[in-house]
Amino acid sequence: MKPFRYERASGVASACATAAAPGAKFIAGGTNLIDLMKLQIETPELLVDIGLLPLADIIESTGEGGLRIGAGVTNSALAADMRVRRLYPLLSQAILAGASTQLRNKATTGGNLLQRTRCPYFYDTTKPCNKRVPGSGCAALHGINRMNAVMGVSDDCIAAHPSDMAVAMTALDARVETVAADGAIRTIPIDALYRAPGSTPHIETVLAPGEMIRSVLLPPPPKGRQVYRKVRDRASFAFALVSVAVVVEREGDRVRAARVAFGGLSYKPWRSAEAEASLEGASATRASFDAAGIAALKNARGYGHNDFKIPLARRTLRATLADAVGA
Amino acid sequence: MERELTPRSSISRRRFLGTAGVTTMVLASPPAFAEATAEPSSLPKENVRLSVNGRQHALDLDPRTTLLDTLREHLALTGTKKGCDQGQCGACTIIVNGQRINSCLTLAVMHDGDEITTIEGLVEDGDLHPMQAAFVRHDGLQCGYCTPGQICSAVALLAEHRAGWPSHVTADVATRPALSDAEIAERMSGNICRCSAYPNIVAAIRDVNEGGRG
Repeated sequence: MKPFRYERASGVASACATAAAPGAKFIAGGTNLIDLMKLQIETPELLVDIGLLPLADIIESTGEGGLRIGAGVTNSALAADMRVRRLYPLLSQAILAGASTQLRNKATTGGNLLQRTRCPYFYDTTKPCNKRVPGSGCAALHGINRMNAVMGVSDDCIAAHPSDMAVAMTALDARVETVAADGAIRTIPIDALYRAPGSTPHIETVLAPGEMIRSVLLPPPPKGRQVYRKVRDRASFAFALVSVAVVVEREGDRVRAARVAFGGLSYKPWRSAEAEASLEGASATRASFDAAGIAALKNARGYGHNDFKIPLARRTLRATLADAVGA
Repeated sequence: MERELTPRSSISRRRFLGTAGVTTMVLASPPAFAEATAEPSSLPKENVRLSVNGRQHALDLDPRTTLLDTLREHLALTGTKKGCDQGQCGACTIIVNGQRINSCLTLAVMHDGDEITTIEGLVEDGDLHPMQAAFVRHDGLQCGYCTPGQICSAVALLAEHRAGWPSHVTADVATRPALSDAEIAERMSGNICRCSAYPNIVAAIRDVNEGGRG
């Protein structure tokens, strides 16, 4: 680990102002950042510890019947919250599908959203990686890329976002509330938080230096059944090859409305408007679910080792939809 | 380095061995030792107060020091093991403010004032903790390297289950699941045992949960 200065934040405004300096970084749970600091992939000069800020741990109802989740709420606390379990079971399921209890006890809501990719070439400092060293190239493009993305990426970076929680939040239309270095507050739809890699894969979000995620806002729970399904190399404690979050509202033998988001396929949780349009008003049958999968993966591109993700995503969507409608 | 707030009446075996080891190392290889402990003079130390197994400690630490290294290298509590040092194996699992965490993936400076329990703190009045006794009775180990982490994890697991936490294998997350073997296995997935003593680890945890002999 490179040497750094450590500062315990005393308030949100001062923490944001301090963290706006070049080389400064927020730390909350630290489960991803410290790992990367040990490998000198992250080399902050100043850590601003926001782990003990007041308000960070609050989960509260909003006026509109939704939920406000403080950015410092741990993954464990959020998954175990009875309001989340009853009204947003998708979110509990997704969180519990990720990591181990030890990690979820430390990892926070804000940190989970901002965690870095687990692309093996991002982690291997002996290999080129445009995300780690801009301009150095992408070793994953023609390398062992079975964990990498198949949607929305570029030839400069095919890294996948590793979060499960964010996939559920994307299907739930979550918004992220941030505080800027100058104290300004803004709200960003979670889908707009992440930037496509393009030719600048080292810039991953729209957040400015010093801008902190303060809370995540969930709108009132959507109608219908919520199901999260994750496919991975082992039964527990592994990142997704593919995951699917669905919310399906059924009306007789038909789907009245559906929401579909994928994990493991892109630089962000991939909400599929194509699959949702295909399902709206369709019969709740295997044929409709297959058609939704084909629509969702229409623009997917495999890079060799990860070609299997395209049919796997279609089949996982079909199985998850069938589960959601009880077919 | 360490300023003890609680008077210590005798030197523990571990502390003695730790000191003896350092002495040997200095005699064997003075330049290597000097190099290993050299720290950039520009690096400010941070004062950290920790309560570990009921004892108060005040330490001046390089902010890079993980909680795991603090326990092992500064407090000579070597029961907590370093396996992968990247949060994947669980050998470093300890209980902080009642919750199990990977001590390798957190900095000591982030835990000022926290209450920490390690494997050494589970013994009460010389008696093994019921979970320790169950691991012995069920032969829940072979080489033993992962065992302190397994036991700390298992103790916290039972508290989480009593608090009604669901898990990935809970069919309906809005319910409070019974602690089946599948639930135990899922909840212990952050602790790897390369000797693969898993069946006996599960048996030990099930036994304690069911109020076994301890």
